[in-house]
Amino acid sequence: MATRTIRVDYLARVEGEGALDLQISDGRLVAARLSIFEPPRFFEAFLRGRGYMETPDIVARICGICPIAYQMSAVHAIENAFGVTVGGQLRALRRLIYCGEWIESHALHVVMLHAPDFLGYPDAIAMARDHGDAVRSGLALKKTGNDLLRLLGGREIHPVNVRPGGFYRVPQRSELEPIAERLKMARDQAVGLVRWVATFPFPDLERDYEFVALRHANEYPLNEGRIVSNRDIDIDIADYESEFEERHVAHSTALHSLLKRRGAYLVGPLARYALNFDRLPAGVRALAAEAGLAAVCNNPFRSIIVRAIEIVYACEEALRLIAAYELADAASVPVEPRAGVGFGCTEAPRGICWHRYAFDADGTILTARIVPPTAQNQPSIEADLMAVAAPLVLEPDDVIRDRCEQSIRNYDPCISCSTHFLKLSVHRT
Amino acid sequence: MDRSGIDDRHRPRLAVWKFASCDGCQLSLLDCEDELLSLAGAIKIANFLEASSAVEDGPYDLSLVEGSITTEHDARRIREVRRQSKRLVTIGACATHGGIQALRNFANVSEFVAAVYASPEYISTLATSTPISAHVPVDFELQGCPINKTQLLEVISAFLTGRKPAIAAHSVCIECKQRGTVCVMVQGTPCLGPVTHAGCGAICPSYRRGCYGCYGPMETPNTAALAREWRALGAVPRDIQRAFRTFNAMAEPFFKESAAHGD
Repeated sequence: MATRTIRVDYLARVEGEGALDLQISDGRLVAARLSIFEPPRFFEAFLRGRGYMETPDIVARICGICPIAYQMSAVHAIENAFGVTVGGQLRALRRLIYCGEWIESHALHVVMLHAPDFLGYPDAIAMARDHGDAVRSGLALKKTGNDLLRLLGGREIHPVNVRPGGFYRVPQRSELEPIAERLKMARDQAVGLVRWVATFPFPDLERDYEFVALRHANEYPLNEGRIVSNRDIDIDIADYESEFEERHVAHSTALHSLLKRRGAYLVGPLARYALNFDRLPAGVRALAAEAGLAAVCNNPFRSIIVRAIEIVYACEEALRLIAAYELADAASVPVEPRAGVGFGCTEAPRGICWHRYAFDADGTILTARIVPPTAQNQPSIEADLMAVAAPLVLEPDDVIRDRCEQSIRNYDPCISCSTHFLKLSVHRT
Repeated sequence: MDRSGIDDRHRPRLAVWKFASCDGCQLSLLDCEDELLSLAGAIKIANFLEASSAVEDGPYDLSLVEGSITTEHDARRIREVRRQSKRLVTIGACATHGGIQALRNFANVSEFVAAVYASPEYISTLATSTPISAHVPVDFELQGCPINKTQLLEVISAFLTGRKPAIAAHSVCIECKQRGTVCVMVQGTPCLGPVTHAGCGAICPSYRRGCYGCYGPMETPNTAALAREWRALGAVPRDIQRAFRTFNAMAEPFFKESAAHGD
């Protein structure tokens, strides 16, 4: 029996560390395995015994690329447990800071990490020699997202201003005006980015995904909504564990999340877009059509276009929020701890980030459970790899490897946040 | 010439390495949006997996190391990184002091594994999270959770030109004075600024909250005096212990002070 093994020991241009193993036996792909060997850091264990006020600062450290996602899911869960509602301009500011994170995280991935795959470069720096304007424009866009984060959060990585009940300090209107001018330029740069990535060569691959995302009565989802799917899921975030479960597999320090009844599902830009297309402004929907997207996109490689569309949306939404901004009476609403369980679920750039905490009467954490987006997508990534690599089994290892790596990067996998790294091996038998 | 078309025979070679961490400190390099392309012209980024699939073998003139050592595999890997690196600089609280994941050092790691994972036997981990300096000689430690990207550029420039980095080791208090922020402690808010290493620019007090010590200890901090002030402001021993035992819990002055305050 002829066995062929293709192995990628350290995946590049992903955040965190992982490896890929493919097993080919008698000319047929029999297994594709994404291994995450990011060393475990045990957030859910050491959060026990910590106070609710420390929680947003601590969970930010799960991921340096999307700290706001962790902070937001945590503060919503805390407020849910203590019966606190944050509305008005404080709610609007949370949405605004999240827009900053979407812009910087998506721009980083689209331009610096993913675009080089489609155009055949090892990185954005090499790509800049031939596509200098696109790279510089992408960097400018990323910078605007980071500047918005810094203004509202104090700094772009591990912001300090988010707290249960709201913020430590809220900006004056006059502080937001200069960033609004920058966001108008960013919006135009993002439209240019959509048009550029739409010209990339895309492999033909349509997958029948079960998309899972938040859905809100009238907003494209960021902080709030019900958990819905394109099959039959439509649940309150508190009921997540009735439909979803985490399984621990030997080849990965990341837990795999699965739908109890059906297995793999997909979270992130493709899912949000498919389930909330009608919540996008008409101008953004028209831009999507111009870029060749229908209301649902089942080609994982085209997720780069959807991400760029979401940058345009985030710029427009940020501008809308700033235009309607009025200084709130107080930077936060009162938060009084009480014994109880709280749930938070928000749309990280890579998909839903779900948190559950149990607190004692003084707000000390008794138990914590955090389900990051990449853990949820891992079974879906492996299913994509089977679909992508199966027709390529007669090709040389390099060809298979490059296409598989690109396929993994479709997910913008943030492996550090799998709270729990990647290698490619192809085994041919 | 390399693929980017730049003559790189004389360019210093930079490598960036990751151990147990959140990726935030190496992201600081990609966050240098205005400087990244010129930086990549001045130096050869020879190994930076987060940013590039083009990886060149060592030796390297400068290695930036993010993250702490938490597995046997990583304990071996850091020795190999050191062997290939002319200069080695740690970036951030994880690499410099063990990071927040060093909270396991105060607990039973088997219990931690069982609390998070359904099949503890699949998890291979050390009982402790330790800084890079516990394993190999380190040429410079840049503190911060996350590091300040301007300081990172200073450290890279300094090492590549053979001088000492101009990184002040005084407290966050000096930075508050420099930016004209009114002291939050005199307004009744407990703050770790008086014992915390400068570098962030005193962000928290300017957002009307106390510093939470993410840059780790300054040189010669008087933590006991600060703890007394915290008590006077109404903090209980548990608050003080938690404050010193978070992002830089294994930094010696913070470690000792946290041990002096019980639950």
